[in-house]
Amino acid sequence: MSVDTVAAAPPAESPRPPSGRGRSYPRSREERAWGTLRVLTIVVLAFVTIVPFVYMLVLSVRPIAEVLLEPGRLWVSPSEITTDTYREVLTPVDDGGQGFLGYMGNSALIATVTVIVTLIASVLGAYAVSRLDFRGRGASGYLFLMVYLFPPILLAIPLFVLFSQLSLRGNLLALAVVYVAQTVPVAIYMLRNYFATIPVSLEEAALIDGCTRFGVIRRISLPLSMPSLIATGLYVFMIAWNEFLFALLFLVERRDNWTVSLALSRLSGSIEVPTTVLMAGSVVLTVPIIALFFLAERMLVEGLTSGAEKG
Amino acid sequence: MPRTDTLTRQEARLAYRLISPTLLIVVVVVVLPVVWTISLAFQDVRLINLRDAGFFGEYDVDNFATVFGSSGFWSSLWTTVVYTVGATLGSIVIGLIAALALRKPFRGRGVLRAAMLLPYVAPVVAATFVWTVALNPQFGIVNDWGTRFLGWDEPVPFLSQRDYAVGLFGVDVTVPLALLTVIAFEAWRYFPFAFLFIIARLQALPGELDEAAVVDGTSIWQRFRYITLPQLMPVIALLTILRFIFTFNKFDDIYLLTGGGAGTEVVSIRVYEFLTARTDIGAAAAQSLVLAGVLTVFIAIYMRTAAARGETS
Repeated sequence: MSVDTVAAAPPAESPRPPSGRGRSYPRSREERAWGTLRVLTIVVLAFVTIVPFVYMLVLSVRPIAEVLLEPGRLWVSPSEITTDTYREVLTPVDDGGQGFLGYMGNSALIATVTVIVTLIASVLGAYAVSRLDFRGRGASGYLFLMVYLFPPILLAIPLFVLFSQLSLRGNLLALAVVYVAQTVPVAIYMLRNYFATIPVSLEEAALIDGCTRFGVIRRISLPLSMPSLIATGLYVFMIAWNEFLFALLFLVERRDNWTVSLALSRLSGSIEVPTTVLMAGSVVLTVPIIALFFLAERMLVEGLTSGAEKG
Repeated sequence: MPRTDTLTRQEARLAYRLISPTLLIVVVVVVLPVVWTISLAFQDVRLINLRDAGFFGEYDVDNFATVFGSSGFWSSLWTTVVYTVGATLGSIVIGLIAALALRKPFRGRGVLRAAMLLPYVAPVVAATFVWTVALNPQFGIVNDWGTRFLGWDEPVPFLSQRDYAVGLFGVDVTVPLALLTVIAFEAWRYFPFAFLFIIARLQALPGELDEAAVVDGTSIWQRFRYITLPQLMPVIALLTILRFIFTFNKFDDIYLLTGGGAGTEVVSIRVYEFLTARTDIGAAAAQSLVLAGVLTVFIAIYMRTAAARGETS
C-alpha cells in the first residue's frame, strides 16, 4: 500500500544533491526549517506540561498576601518560603486544620483494596481468556466495551439508589467495589496481552509434571509476569486514587470518609480556605501518584500500549 | 475422541470458574444498574419516595417527554457533541505532533517524555484546581501575564463567560469562551494518552521505506504525509474511538472547572443536576439513557464508515 502511494507522490519541490548519501551533506534549508519547528514544538510542549505543576508547587509555599500582591511570579525567594500552608492542610479538623492526612489515609485504603481485589480477579480472568478455550471467550472483549460505553453517571443513578436503600452510602468498601468494576476490564486487557507472550510450552511442561492449573498460574504465569502485574496494579491505583464522581456521590455527606480528591474539590468552593493552603492540598494529592508513576514509568507505558505496536 | 471431549469440557469449566469473580462484579455493578436505570427511567421516582423505589412500578414515558420537551436538553446535547469532537481532535492532533517531535533521540528526551505524561497522570481535581487558579481574573498567572506582556486590555474571565467578542483581522467575532477553555483543558489533559500510543507505534515502524523515500528525493512533508501517516492510521482510528467514548461520557473535568455554567453544560452534568439538585431520579435516568443511546449511534456510524474504508483492519 505504502509503496504505491510513494510512487504516486508528486516529485520533490527542492531536488536534493544527486547523491544517495544525503546524511553526510550539510542539511538542506527544508531540513533546517523543520528542525527549528521541532525544537520550538519541544519547548512549547515542555512549557505547557511542566509549568502548571511548577505553578502549583510555587503557590503552595508562598504566603497568600504575596500571591495577591504579585500573582505572576513563578519563583520564590528562600526567605519567603512558608510551610504553614502544609501544616494547616495536614492537621486534623479538630485541631483547626483541614484534615488532609486523614483523607489521604482514606484514599490510600480505598485504592489499596481496589488494587488487591482487581488484581486477583483480573489475573484469573486474563489467564482464562488468554490460555483456555471456552464458549464465550470471544465475547469477553464486549465486556470491555460495555463497561466503558455506559456513562459513569448512568451507573451512578441506580447505585446511588441501591446504596441509599442498603445504607451503604458513605461506606468506603462499598465504593471500592464500584472501583473494582471500573478497573477490572482494563486490567484484564493489560494482563492478557502479557500472558500471551509467555511460551505455552513452559506451562505444558509443568502440567505434564503434575502441576494443577492453579499451580501453573501461581508458579509460572505470576512470577514471569511480575513487571506487568506491577504496572497494572499501579494503573489501577492511579484510577482509584484520582477518581472523583463516585466519591462525590457516595461520600459527600460523610466528611470523615472523604478522599483527598473529594476534600480538595469541596474546600475549593469555600472562600474561608486560602488558595495557597489548597495548593498545598493539591501537591499532597498529586505527589504520591507522580512518585509512583516515575518509579514504574517504563513498565506502565509498555503495559498500556503493548497492543498499539502491532497496529 | 471422548477423552479429548472431557478434557475440553474440563478446560471450559475451569475457565468459567476463573472468570466468574470478574463476571460477578461486572454484573452487579454494571449490568444490573444499566437494567435498573432503564426501569427507573420509566417510573416517577424522586428522592422522597426513594425508599420504595424498586424494579417494578408504574411505568410510563413521562420522563422522556420531559427530557425531549425541554430546550435545555437539546442545547446540552449539542454542547456535548461540540465538546467531544473538539477535545478528541485536539488531544489527538497535539499527541501526534508531540510524538513526531520526540521521535528521534536528543539529550533529555527521556525526562521530557516522562514530563509529558504529567497532565494525564495527575489527579483531575488537582489539575482543574491549578487551571481555575491560573485562569482566575483577579490573581491568576495567565491574566497577569496577559495584561502585562501580551497587551490585553483587561483580564479575561476564561471559565465564567459564555460569549466573548474578539477582534480578529479587524472583524469582531463572538466565541464561546468557557466552552473553548474546557475543550483546551481536555486536549491538554489527554494529549499524553494519544502521544503514548502514537509514539509506541512510530518507534515500531520499519525504517526501510523512509530511507528509500529519502533516496528518491522526497520532501520531509511528503514522507510524513504518504509514508508515516498511513501507517499510523490504525492507531489513530483506535484513539479516536477511545477518546470519543471517554469524552462523551465525561463529567468530572467540566464539573470541576465551571460547574456546568457559562455554556458548558454537557449532558452528564445535567444528569447530575437532576439527580442531586432537583432530586428527580426518573428524569435523570431517562437523560443518561438518551446519552448512552446517542453515543451508541455515533459509534455505529463510525464503525460502519471505518469498515467501509478498511481502516480498522
